[in-house]
Amino acid sequence: MINLAVKEISHSWVRYVLTAVGLGLLIGVTLTMTGLVRGMLDDAIALIRGTHADLWVVQEGTMGPYAESSTLYDDVYRNITGLPGVAQASNVAYLTVQVRHANKDVRAQVAGFEHDQPGEPPYLIAGRPVAKSRYEAIADIKTGFRLGDKISIRRTELTVVGLTKGMVSSGGDPVVFVTMQDMQDIQFQKDNTTIYNERNRLSANPKLNRPGSPGLLQAVTEAQQSNQKVNAVLVRVTPGYDPAVVAETIKRWKHFEVYSYEQMRQILQVRVIANALRQLGMFMVILAIVSTAIIALIIYNMTMGKIREIAVLKLIGANNSTIVAMILQQAWGLGIIGFVVGKATATLISPLFPKRVELLPFDAFISFLIVIAICSLASLIAIRAALKVQPASAIGG
Amino acid sequence: MEAIRMENLVKTYGSGSTAVHALKNVSLYVNPGEVVGLLGPSGSGKTTLLQCLGAVIDPTSGRIALNGETVFDNGWKINDLRALRRDKIGFVFQAAYLIPFLSVLDNVALLPMLAGKSNEEARKRAKELLAVLEVDHRSHAKPAELSGGEQQRVAIARAMANQPPFILADEPTAPLDSERSLIVIKLLTRLAQEFKTAIMVVTHDDIIIPRFKRLYRLRDGVAHEEQGQNLPFPD
Repeated sequence: MINLAVKEISHSWVRYVLTAVGLGLLIGVTLTMTGLVRGMLDDAIALIRGTHADLWVVQEGTMGPYAESSTLYDDVYRNITGLPGVAQASNVAYLTVQVRHANKDVRAQVAGFEHDQPGEPPYLIAGRPVAKSRYEAIADIKTGFRLGDKISIRRTELTVVGLTKGMVSSGGDPVVFVTMQDMQDIQFQKDNTTIYNERNRLSANPKLNRPGSPGLLQAVTEAQQSNQKVNAVLVRVTPGYDPAVVAETIKRWKHFEVYSYEQMRQILQVRVIANALRQLGMFMVILAIVSTAIIALIIYNMTMGKIREIAVLKLIGANNSTIVAMILQQAWGLGIIGFVVGKATATLISPLFPKRVELLPFDAFISFLIVIAICSLASLIAIRAALKVQPASAIGG
Repeated sequence: MEAIRMENLVKTYGSGSTAVHALKNVSLYVNPGEVVGLLGPSGSGKTTLLQCLGAVIDPTSGRIALNGETVFDNGWKINDLRALRRDKIGFVFQAAYLIPFLSVLDNVALLPMLAGKSNEEARKRAKELLAVLEVDHRSHAKPAELSGGEQQRVAIARAMANQPPFILADEPTAPLDSERSLIVIKLLTRLAQEFKTAIMVVTHDDIIIPRFKRLYRLRDGVAHEEQGQNLPFPD
């Protein structure tokens, strides 16, 4: 049996292919958005995945340190280290700032870590690990920094000694790893004018600067200028211990909030980037509806353009299934060509996006099935119109 | 036995005071190998009669038999009208109505394929018919590349593809000039005799009307049989 759909497509293939390419661009945008969602989901947990920690200890009553601010004293880790089941505990701190380099600045998340402890960069792709306790940094390649680059973070100048890859914050900003000492300076060190003004304010306060208590003003000034704070303590559990039990011990005895990897993942993926995901999801739904409407219109117009031929086909004995197959095959053809064009477009344009676009083969496969389902759905109006054509309309005009 | 016989056919659209009696009491027949004309002014019921003969609408009452087999009898009809149209009735239209995206060969071969013949068998049959109709040299052309006369000959080949006992030709010469009109009718007459096919030609064409041996004139929903002039075709 002749394949009527293929014959018609090959008869006017230029128009058909151009239509499919137009549709493909639309599919390409949708695929790119799917990739963006995947990229955001993956980026959101890149940092916690890279820490190789089992537990995150944060300020009580908070969801810190990524979703909410959390402040702990930097000696808390010592108390935690002594608890049963804790193999390692280390301070970490995070701050999103503009990192300056060569008269430019890059938005980045600065992460303070301790050497050889959870929270340090998981691997390097160039350079060496931080060897000194001060003024050295490891940057994600997305910052654009190179080995040996001098960078400024607030009042601290550092040298990039190593490069890592795939370490970004939940917002997609690349991470610059620095030592905890540098991090505390970056977070809390004030400029001279600010220190001078604060001292003057304190000494002008009669409650703090009393003649009978000469040491009070000094004690308050020192406390205010102290920078012994971190955002969280990362814990690695001793093999054989249940992380949930260790977490419960820390909560009960030290009065902190403790999150497991899975809980932290949920906080990041479900809470922190939820709005952005909903936004993209809405766009994808709208694009799917627009695509369905466009395909339906194209298929309907193609069918109405050959309504006389359909009447003749019915008159000379063609089955309804022959006509339905012709319309469906043409719609599927549009979908297949459109998908190939869309996939190629998404692959080509995805590196140009500032955020990571993760095009997974599984997503592509599911998208392909959705495109075919949309094409089938969009054909229904045209099929209905074709089936309503009476063979009698071919006779007598 | 007649290739087609119609007895006391009535077709009424609507009911009650708004009923329109398109066919009042039509009886006619066409013998195998015979070409019969069907004439009538606009509104005489020609289209309705053709649609009843073409098994695309149901008459209100009466009987239709094809090759002696009853296909409609006072409300009863055979189940598979689609197969009946495909296998037992050939259609030639005013415009050729060829499928524009199929080649000439495939346009003709499509019918046997729809009837379940293999592609090879169907194309072989199509080639034979195109050769008989002297358009085989255009086998691979698309309908848009053919002249009006060639298109009509391909349409006739398509109508004959399943060797139906009856062909219904609805003003087949309307888009053609006098010379080509005569060629087409001469061809239909030759094919009717050669393949023993009954052909009914609906026409207004004054050039071809005198060539019929027998014709029906439809007036106000009633068919009147007349003897034609049966003039010979010019060489």
